[in-house]
Amino acid sequence: MILFWIVFIPLAGGLLAWLAGTRGPLAGRKKDLSARFISLAALVLDTILVVFLFLGKPAGIAGGVWLARVNWSWLPALGIGFHLAVDGISLLLVLLTVFLGIAAVISSWTEIESQVGFFHFNLMATLTGIIGVFVALDLFLFYVFWEIMLVPMYFLIAMWGHEKRIKAAVKFFIFTQLSGLLMLAAILGLYFFHGRETGVYTFDYFKLLGTHVDTGPATVLLLGFLAAFLVKLPAVPFHTWLPDAHTEAPTAGSVILAGLLLKTGGYGLLRFAVPLFPEAAMEIAPLAMSLGIIGILYGAVLAFAQTDIKRLVAYTSISHMGFVLLGVFVWNEKALQGVVIQMLCHGISTGALFILAGALQERVHTREIERLGGLWTVAPRMGGAWLFFALASLGLPGMGNFIAEFLVLLGTYEVSVAMATFAALGLVLSTVYAVWMAQKAFFGANREGWRIPDLETRELAVMTAMIVMILWLGLYPQPYLDKARDGLSTLQKNAAVSQAGGAIKVFGRER
Amino acid sequence: MTALEIKAILPFMVLAAAQVAIILGIALRRSHRLTFALAIGAVIAAVLAVLLGPAPSPHSLTPLLVVDGYAVFFIVLILLSGLFTFLISYGYLEARRENREEFYVLILTALLGSIVLVASTHLASFLLGLESLSVSLYALAAYARTSELSFEAGIKYLVLAAFSSAFLIFGMALTYAEVGSMEFTAIAAKAATPGMGPVFLAGMMLIIVGIGFKLAVVPFHMWIADVYEGAPAPVVGFIATVSKGAVSAVLLRYFMQVDAYGGNSLTLFFVCIAVASMFVGNLLALFQDNLKRLLAYSSIAHMGYLFVAFLASGGLRVTAVVFYLTAYFIVNLGAFGVVTILSGKERDADRLDDYLGLFFENPWIAGVLTVMLLSLAGIPLTAGFIGKFYVLAAGIDSVLWFPVICLIVTSAIGLFYYLRVLIVLFTPAPENAAAVKHTLSAGAFALALPVFLLVGLGVYPGPVLTMIINLAAR
Repeated sequence: MILFWIVFIPLAGGLLAWLAGTRGPLAGRKKDLSARFISLAALVLDTILVVFLFLGKPAGIAGGVWLARVNWSWLPALGIGFHLAVDGISLLLVLLTVFLGIAAVISSWTEIESQVGFFHFNLMATLTGIIGVFVALDLFLFYVFWEIMLVPMYFLIAMWGHEKRIKAAVKFFIFTQLSGLLMLAAILGLYFFHGRETGVYTFDYFKLLGTHVDTGPATVLLLGFLAAFLVKLPAVPFHTWLPDAHTEAPTAGSVILAGLLLKTGGYGLLRFAVPLFPEAAMEIAPLAMSLGIIGILYGAVLAFAQTDIKRLVAYTSISHMGFVLLGVFVWNEKALQGVVIQMLCHGISTGALFILAGALQERVHTREIERLGGLWTVAPRMGGAWLFFALASLGLPGMGNFIAEFLVLLGTYEVSVAMATFAALGLVLSTVYAVWMAQKAFFGANREGWRIPDLETRELAVMTAMIVMILWLGLYPQPYLDKARDGLSTLQKNAAVSQAGGAIKVFGRER
Repeated sequence: MTALEIKAILPFMVLAAAQVAIILGIALRRSHRLTFALAIGAVIAAVLAVLLGPAPSPHSLTPLLVVDGYAVFFIVLILLSGLFTFLISYGYLEARRENREEFYVLILTALLGSIVLVASTHLASFLLGLESLSVSLYALAAYARTSELSFEAGIKYLVLAAFSSAFLIFGMALTYAEVGSMEFTAIAAKAATPGMGPVFLAGMMLIIVGIGFKLAVVPFHMWIADVYEGAPAPVVGFIATVSKGAVSAVLLRYFMQVDAYGGNSLTLFFVCIAVASMFVGNLLALFQDNLKRLLAYSSIAHMGYLFVAFLASGGLRVTAVVFYLTAYFIVNLGAFGVVTILSGKERDADRLDDYLGLFFENPWIAGVLTVMLLSLAGIPLTAGFIGKFYVLAAGIDSVLWFPVICLIVTSAIGLFYYLRVLIVLFTPAPENAAAVKHTLSAGAFALALPVFLLVGLGVYPGPVLTMIINLAAR
């Protein structure tokens, strides 16, 4: 039941904020303020519930890895249930969601001035969709949440975005919707395969695990799932929506896109794509890993070529998410732990960079890197925060991102030395763009004579919290690794047990 | 005739009697309000007559009509659509110069024709129902006589529909010559046996041409955009739902009786129609600046999706078709309801520019249209999604990979124009533009109904699905 509340409190808060922002009793600007405070309060309440689950003992459901669960009947005629459950992996991602949600609300405190109530409704509805994706264990329900997060996100970009917002919003929507429909077709395909084999027609994740599908059809179905996840992640040939959407979205939108929406792709690979079709996944693993490496290198090189600061950060996301794709298809313990930590750290560090870019744009009204410069002396706090997250992004030891990428590389090394070598090149390239980006924006001559206010208390508080999280993940990641471990080993077990022929081959090790 | 049969045929009689009564009433005294009340009363009485009628075990009324659960479902759906059309049309007609009262008579006639259609089991009753529906629609399309567009729409519809009826009747004649019976069961039996002769095949093809015209599937879709654009908005909503819905219901009844259908040459024909409709409808809709034309092309595409479900063979087919049609009814009534409500005295609010910044001026109406568009686009939590989900499921269950992939690709194309309208709604109108002030009639409240139904069916379709599955089982 607590899960139900965790998913729907943001939505309820969003509705309330909308109501308060349009029909509320307060006058003028206070109306907008009430919408902001209501959203914030709802997210804080949600965070308390999540932390409560986080600290609590495992409830011992279904082998002990599931910390909480809701399983209600929804459309029994089709075998669809309202089935939510959360294990360590999901819980970490939900925690990230509420954390970044709060950061997004606070960072858009002064940026959004029109239709404030409706803005917060869209923001909170997106968060509900994302949390739903992380906890849904019925494939139909999963798809519903997957699509639900699109519509409000579309509105966020199209209504409050920057200059080319409409084109970016439409592109984002069509990419994700088309790939989503392919996934729906694949889900239905699996549903009928399972139904014909066992006579039980169901969308339940646990029942569908271990469905025997021949390698040929299984590959087709897997490709359907991959379509959705690789577009969201994004992996390289499917990434073109990302720079546009991230750049044109308002700050809160960029934070949620980069910090959370991309993670739904990684989570989908981890939870659904590989465990449901382990053999087919093994078949295409070399290809997927290559795509991951291409993404790492390509994103980094293109980031360096950007002149728009938000676009630059957007391309670094492509590079970092390449590690997630690589790690998932390596599929050994180290790599998977790296994937989870990477998703958390990338969410926080890129989210922070987008918040800073937004704060910068609010002050100087440009995103052109060439026109920036010399801001360090004018706004030292902002410069310091920027430098910190730039270093986090390049994977400096001591920060979480280093742990994550190191673990993925270590895992990859066990499987293929060549792949690990190529992926490691990404670290070098990221140093180039990260240092370049900090150098151009904050150091050098202040040619345009910028005089801007430094970060105010509100923004500083968000930055501090994010810095603390990155350092915590970098210096002492053990509690987070522990939390994810059981969930990951269960995933590995699921993928291994359902191999045909009885002999348990540990996926990944033997290539 | 037994008491049970009279009870079963009561809704037909109520509608027929109501028309006569209203015509006589108009002859005595013209009163829009009175006519409106009478028409509403007649439809409600007919709905009650259906619902309180004999338990819907099949009642054959002569060889022509059968009132079974399936017919009852569609009769209620059609009558409720008629009711909704009345509710939103009152304000629309009030604002216009033409005679208002005959509108209700024509709609009632069309309703009678439609419910005869969905209950027909015989080519004769099929033709009778179809013609009384069509003839009323000719007049309705041209109802705004002073508007050239409306007049053009009426003439166009008349000429082309009469032409298609000729095809239909010739096809019926050929079929009769071969089968020796006009009952659907006999024809279905013939179609299911292998080795059908060329005469029978030609007859069936001609009948399908006639039906295809009514449904406006490619390549019989030429009339739809002009008629949608010219005809008054409430009439378009009525044509889009009742006329197409009733014909689809007949088609489904026929399909249900041809069990072993796979493998003959007509399947290929239907695949071609489905795929062509999906592509042509969605692609042409991309270029429209007129909301009515846009919805016209989008409806071609939706009929294409529906045909994918028709092609499926498993138990999911009937559920998919019926649910999809239900969602289609609701969403079109809602969308054209919005157009009707916003239309001014001079012309219908059908240009996309008319909708610029509607969200800021009137959030409620903009919200209604948003839900309709999301449902048309098949976004979850709307009935449109469940409908599309069922069509996909039926298609995949029957291994129709080619049409299913086409459906997915064309749905993505469709998003372009639905999103385009959405953007217009949420883009602030320029300050200096001569803003069209929309005065809203009471009918605006009636729009809550489609919104409620769409979201309700999207979130919790269970009860309705169970009902439809029970219909199919019978």
